[in-house]
Amino acid sequence: MEGQGTEYAVQMKGISKYFGSFCALDEVNLNVRKGSIHALLGENGAGKSTLMNVLYGLYAPEKGEIVLNGKPTLMKNPRVAIQNGVGMVHQHFMLVENFTIAQNIMLGSETTKKLDILDVATVRKQILELGEKYGLAVDPDQKIQDVSVATQQRVEILKALYRGAEILILDEPTAVLTPQEIEELIATLHHLVADNKTIIIITHKLKEIKQSSEWCTIIRRGKYVDTVKVADTTQEELANMMVGRQVSLHVEKSPATPGEVIFNVNGLKVCDHRGIEKVQDVNLTLRSGEILGVAGIDGNGQTELVDALCGLTRANGGTISIHGKEVQNTSPRNIRDCCISAIPEDRQKDGLVMSFTVAENMVLDNYNSKEFSSRGILNLKKMVSHATQLIEQFDIRPAGSEQTPARSLSGGNQQKVIVAREVYNDPELLIAVQPTRGLDVGAIEFVHKALIEQRDRGKAILLISFELDEILDLSDRISVIYDGRIVGELKPEETDEKEIGLLMAGGGGTA
Amino acid sequence: MTKTLEKVLRKPLTGILISVVIGFLIGTVILLVAGFNPGSAYAAMFRGIFSKPKYISQVIINATPLILTALSVSFAAKTGLFNIGAEGQYIMGTLAAALIGYYVQLPPVIHPIFILLCAMLFGGLWGALAGWLKTKFGIHEVISTIMLNWIALYLNNYILSLPGVKKQGAQASNEILTSARTSILWDWKRSDAGKAWVAEHPVLGDILKTDLHWGILIALVAAVVIWFFLKHTTKGYAMRAVGQNPNASRFAGINVNRNTVQAMFIAGALAALGGAVQIMGTNSFRISVLPSHEGYGWDGLSVSLLAGSNPLGCILSALMFAALKYGSSTMQGDVGAPSEIINIMIGVIVLCIALSSIYPMIADSLKRREEMHA
Ligand SMILES: Nc1ncnc2c1ncn2[C@@H]1O[C@H](COP(=O)(O)OP(=O)(O)OP(=O)(O)O)[C@@H](O)[C@H]1O
Ligand SMILES: [Mg+2]
Repeated sequence: MEGQGTEYAVQMKGISKYFGSFCALDEVNLNVRKGSIHALLGENGAGKSTLMNVLYGLYAPEKGEIVLNGKPTLMKNPRVAIQNGVGMVHQHFMLVENFTIAQNIMLGSETTKKLDILDVATVRKQILELGEKYGLAVDPDQKIQDVSVATQQRVEILKALYRGAEILILDEPTAVLTPQEIEELIATLHHLVADNKTIIIITHKLKEIKQSSEWCTIIRRGKYVDTVKVADTTQEELANMMVGRQVSLHVEKSPATPGEVIFNVNGLKVCDHRGIEKVQDVNLTLRSGEILGVAGIDGNGQTELVDALCGLTRANGGTISIHGKEVQNTSPRNIRDCCISAIPEDRQKDGLVMSFTVAENMVLDNYNSKEFSSRGILNLKKMVSHATQLIEQFDIRPAGSEQTPARSLSGGNQQKVIVAREVYNDPELLIAVQPTRGLDVGAIEFVHKALIEQRDRGKAILLISFELDEILDLSDRISVIYDGRIVGELKPEETDEKEIGLLMAGGGGTA
Repeated sequence: MTKTLEKVLRKPLTGILISVVIGFLIGTVILLVAGFNPGSAYAAMFRGIFSKPKYISQVIINATPLILTALSVSFAAKTGLFNIGAEGQYIMGTLAAALIGYYVQLPPVIHPIFILLCAMLFGGLWGALAGWLKTKFGIHEVISTIMLNWIALYLNNYILSLPGVKKQGAQASNEILTSARTSILWDWKRSDAGKAWVAEHPVLGDILKTDLHWGILIALVAAVVIWFFLKHTTKGYAMRAVGQNPNASRFAGINVNRNTVQAMFIAGALAALGGAVQIMGTNSFRISVLPSHEGYGWDGLSVSLLAGSNPLGCILSALMFAALKYGSSTMQGDVGAPSEIINIMIGVIVLCIALSSIYPMIADSLKRREEMHA
């Protein structure tokens, strides 16, 4: 055995971090054993990303000490962190779109090589070697804009490893991955710890923690709660510790009582910007008071389908009608006026104006309704009180954030802002794309309840999700989409993950 | 001690103040190198700005068009657009004023108001053209507005070349009719009674010696209106949303293209207002053949940057900008220091403000250093 201090790769002692007067971290401790996978669990806004940003030298803490391999280290900036073998893959990737993978991986570390002219061939070789070693296969010559999200993530991990990371931080790496990709990622992580690397992973999915991690540290509202051995703890226990109350991981819902058909998609065809048909002859029918789940692997036409339903792209054929009125190829405004609301897939791109305050974002789609304005003048007071109400109702944290820009909310709380806004509209049809992406279990429970409540009030919900659990839990009927076609219609109580998974992978023959 | 310094460094105004100080310091160095006494040079400059009421009055008059072009740039910036075209839009405003002021006959008061509206329409359409090119063909507004600046300049010269537009023997148009002018007490102060009054009243009389006109009021009102529009109206909200995130705006049902074109219309109208106000208020009440741009639009860019794109801030920063420029001529006259030094100073100030995100960064490093010692 080595000395006592060196058992741990990372020790963060009594870390406190304030944003203005708001205390994001209050004397938090984190001890990570060398060569282990350590999960960091906490609700949205608990301070996980902040704690990791402190470790990576992005934020200076007000109090506390960081000890790496027994040596107190001052993380002045990310450069120092990298020099000390700490690498981080952020919640939102930081890659240059029109650079190749090799160029992206070299970027930033070329300066450390003094005036040597970069030897691209060597770098390519190193990348391939690293990829081989840890199961992170990439083609170094492809451009970032042409590769999938999962590949981008592999690039981010390779980038950290290339710079000599011994301690790797992954902030919600699985939020953007499909189930298969998640399995691959976890396999890679196991490769890495076998090579004595240390990994800290943030995820809201308890199942993944069980699958991947040895230890788990829980923080709640900026305070340290506990560190537990994952093998000895159940998912329910983890959830309870993190939320501080009993959460049910499965949604309770009564059988649906569907009414008349209110929404109809008939023979819908949508082409992408290159003219390739991404949605081919899709038919969907939705009754009031039911949830239709569309299951499928990312990239099988869901994005184009939703864009057409929301009026963002042209439908190249077919009809979309609500209450018998055709709305295809009208404007997003017109579709919203027909009582259709949508929770977009990409919250930062399509859901929020990041520089606007929470109150401003809460009225993005109805700022000029009678409720918030009269004769073209905004009722700022009403907007703020409206935000206050939704912040309380949807438990958006921190409370009192009406006037803070959306940018400074945690990822999950940004998502809650959008959910609150769209559910508040009380639409006849709610199109919910990945409505719980990045949310903690408590918040997921809440959003699921909200969706079911909408259903029980006689509204229709079109749920599009890459997460099978979510589809199976919530849907009253399931349609599986593969390669732009609906390849199967199932009832959740008569099917299981296996059958749907097979259909999703295109193994169902033609329906 | 460090704590307060740290706090101060994070305030937005600090960046502006520090930039001004740095500007003056560099000006000092240049003056020294050029062999002038900086003390007496700056003294001359400030004398040239503050020592007589008429100087102050002149600074305000010079600041008037700058407030409006800076408002144009600031408004565009708040709605996510980069309006390099204030210069050309300004020219459209001067054109409208000069033509309508001379060829259309209307009673006083109505005439200037009619001109202002027409100028805003001209300049607005000129701006909207850039907005339309952006939404229709994806041409970035920086490119299109720069080209439109030159087109406006040549349009100005072309119109002046038409038969009968130029005044006999001049390289300029006819003066606008007196009904179209916005001067204050123009005729009275030239009458005998007026002259006598001016001689008796040192302060007000001195002020009356300048081309005092109503333009500053128009500029002030415009600044307040724009501030209110952006903050309190639904239209302003929509334009800001579209500017900050067009995707989310479209998703929420806001018409992105329409708002972009309309925002450029307003930006253009503001700059044109500057042009019209200048023609209607200042001697010589006419447009001339332009060998190159006069620079009101370009200066508007600097002033807007100084103001951090804040509509109300444009008023103060335009005054400061105009004051420095005006004072520099006295500096040249009295001390012999070239007025270009002031241009360099202004350039340095603007550059420092463009870099002003550096001050919070200094605050961060101060904080870290303190922690290291703690
Ligand atoms: N730059 C900032 N300015 C002000 N407040 C901030 C800033 N960054 C984070 N916060 C606040 O600090 C708290 C912790 O945020 P953090 O992003 O660490 O949460 P998180 O645990 O990563 O949550 P999530 O699971 O939703 O990503 C939040 O309440 C957030 O609003
Ligand atoms: Mg986070």
